[in-house]
Amino acid sequence: MERRHFERDLEELKQRLLWMAGLAEKSVHQAVQALFEKNEDLARKVLEEEAAINEMQIEIDDRVLRLLALQQPMAVDLRFILSVSRINNDLERIGDQAVNIAQSALRILRHPQVKPYVDLPRMSALAEGMVRDSLNALVQHDSELARSVLVRDDEVDRLRDQIFRELLTYMMENSAVIFPAFELILVAKNLERIGDHATNIAEDVIYMIAGRDVRHLAPDRR
Amino acid sequence: MSSPGIGRVPIVRASARATEAGAVPEAPPRIEVSHLNFYYGSKQALFDISLQLPTNRLTALIGPSGCGKSTFLRTLNRMYETQRHTRIEGEILLDGENILGMDVVALRRKVGMVFQKPNPFPKSIFENVAYGLRINGYEGKLSDAVERSLRRAALWDEVKDQLQKSAHALSGGQQQRVCIARALAVNPEVLLLDEPCSALDPVSTAKVEELLFELKESCTVVMVTHNMQQAARVSELTAFLLDGHLIEYNPTPQLFTTPSDPRTEAYITGRFG
Repeated sequence: MERRHFERDLEELKQRLLWMAGLAEKSVHQAVQALFEKNEDLARKVLEEEAAINEMQIEIDDRVLRLLALQQPMAVDLRFILSVSRINNDLERIGDQAVNIAQSALRILRHPQVKPYVDLPRMSALAEGMVRDSLNALVQHDSELARSVLVRDDEVDRLRDQIFRELLTYMMENSAVIFPAFELILVAKNLERIGDHATNIAEDVIYMIAGRDVRHLAPDRR
Repeated sequence: MSSPGIGRVPIVRASARATEAGAVPEAPPRIEVSHLNFYYGSKQALFDISLQLPTNRLTALIGPSGCGKSTFLRTLNRMYETQRHTRIEGEILLDGENILGMDVVALRRKVGMVFQKPNPFPKSIFENVAYGLRINGYEGKLSDAVERSLRRAALWDEVKDQLQKSAHALSGGQQQRVCIARALAVNPEVLLLDEPCSALDPVSTAKVEELLFELKESCTVVMVTHNMQQAARVSELTAFLLDGHLIEYNPTPQLFTTPSDPRTEAYITGRFG
């Protein structure tokens, strides 16, 4: 008994999810570049493109619902569809975080730059890399790559704390920078949330591949 | 001041994380099968099967046609003896006693069976259910025992005013429940069901499935089914057979979400079979 139609539907679902992931990744990248390159047009582009991600979320949900209702998937297929459903929500939230960063960028760009950006580009590269690798792990069925994403989340959290402390000192020294410095803290917070969503995606990929639920486990038990 | 925080709410996990692969079911075994081989003439149909069927649980047997699941079911009450040229090796213990050496009538009183196609006798509903009691020399009040069995089979309310009607006049789903009531009348310890719902519509199937949940309160149930969703819905344990071999035997939630054998995975995801 081959299930060619079902296989085709699963493949399409995966391709649509990866398409959406591409949109979300691009939004994050453009949002942080808009800030670093002082490019307001790029920030506005992120706001305009949010609708496409939202539409994809609804489309993927619809596909998931249809597959669950009509195909009654089991085992690896069930885990795949369930994971896609969760990853879909994480990608949509990543899109929202990108929009938040773009909005912060537009507000920050009205002020002189508080300080040279050192940790923020490092943090964004790390968070973007986590999103990219969590999705590569999905494509390549690579649970080791997914595990490497989980480990990196601590580094993202550490950078957020560092950026927060540093900007706080700038704000204490000079009240004129409070507004843009506060917005930069929000950007760091949004990047940290993007790292969290990438972690969720990586956990779902591990579940999909190995059937192991590693959420909320200590690192040595993942 | 202490408050009843949410940390005290007990967490119930339905996922496979709670059950390790191959975990022994928590109920004591009612039937223990060890190194069972079975032959139709020179053709071997079951190969070295060993498993334990826990008390008052429902175990589902799944696998492609011809994999030996019905043959296995029929070994548990020696129904295979109605066929010629069959041979069995190994041991099947029912409450510690080897059924292969038991009086077959006594065995089948303890291990009842319901077949794929409803097969009520051409008698009244009452007589169908009373039949097993009569031949076993039941000394209590027959009408009470019949009512009790029909209630257990979730059929009483539908037939209580027409007990003298022929069982053949009932719907397929009702006939199947008459057969279950007939099997239950002699208070079996184990009930074997060979695809009990395959000839039933979804409404009757749902009634029989609900009934199964009640039955396993007091009875160990073993069910062969081709319907994997049904196995997933009603059983605690599932055994997957292939070409006469037991491939995997695990708690049902685990087998259907994270099967431990790639052949189980391939079968339940419809990639062969």
